[in-house]
Amino acid sequence: MITAVEVTPAWYLILGAAIFSIGTFGLLIRRNPLVMFMCVELMLNAVTLTFVTFSRMVRDTGGLSIVVFVLVVAAAEVVVGLAIIVALLRKRPGATADDIAILEG
Amino acid sequence: MIELVVFAIAGAACVAGAIGVVASSNPVHAALSLVGTLFGIAVLFVAQEANFLAAVQVIVYAGAIVVLFLFVIMLLGVDRTDNLRVEPLGGGQRVTAAVVALGVLGLVLTTLASTGWEATGVVGELDETVPDINQLGEALFTRYLYAFEITSVLLVIAVVGAVLLARRVRREEEIVDPGQAERQAEITERIAEAEARAAHTDGARNGATADDTEPETAGEPAPVQEVGS
Repeated sequence: MITAVEVTPAWYLILGAAIFSIGTFGLLIRRNPLVMFMCVELMLNAVTLTFVTFSRMVRDTGGLSIVVFVLVVAAAEVVVGLAIIVALLRKRPGATADDIAILEG
Repeated sequence: MIELVVFAIAGAACVAGAIGVVASSNPVHAALSLVGTLFGIAVLFVAQEANFLAAVQVIVYAGAIVVLFLFVIMLLGVDRTDNLRVEPLGGGQRVTAAVVALGVLGLVLTTLASTGWEATGVVGELDETVPDINQLGEALFTRYLYAFEITSVLLVIAVVGAVLLARRVRREEEIVDPGQAERQAEITERIAEAEARAAHTDGARNGATADDTEPETAGEPAPVQEVGS
């Protein structure tokens, strides 16, 4: 006997919160700058999922529009961040987040 | 019922991918796990009738950003595995990180629960009968036009910054000309050849003056031999 369970928007919000906190955890424990970047991407995606859910809940296009802006900002962030990582790892292969100070000056 | 199945599968893919990103010791595996999460979120976008954003999600994130990640990993050859068992900072850093992450989760969930899992306030004009791409385009190019134009400035700045950061400044002596060595060898060979020919001619003339600068021709050796005999 399976009772029909309805998927409410709250489920999406809980899932978004879970992905966001997994991303936070990863950002705090990993030291490889590339993996830290991927964790930031996880957090951004959790937020976009939340925005789309709220957009559907309040029936507004603002939530959908801001996802486009989040995508643009994420792309710009990845471009600049990966350039910094390339500069860092070229100077010292195997560098971790602690070594970013070597780029100074 | 079908929405529940879709949510369960896509949500499981999202969470599994997220855990994979955090727990993979190899950056390549982490990037591939990230694709799982991004794809799961794209499926959830479709489930919420945001079809255009789902397509953009797959194209931009899975198609461009993850490929960029993998490109950097392969380019720099940093696909070595990290040892996740060592805790570099020590002093319960992971415990603290877990507490912070659970705190964030608890804070968000408490806030949501305090609103009774309902979003109230403004009720917009999202029309379910009109395709979402039409409504999104209209909103982007009317109400959010200014912000949209600003993003183009942001992208230009990002490109300039990336070029400036990743460019390697070379000193002049480090600039390598790929054909230089061959050309130099050829010039040296020709000089040696000409000198050898000149020496041979001088010896054959048997006392001819060194400053005899007559051009050597094919018919010349015969009269020289006549003179010698």
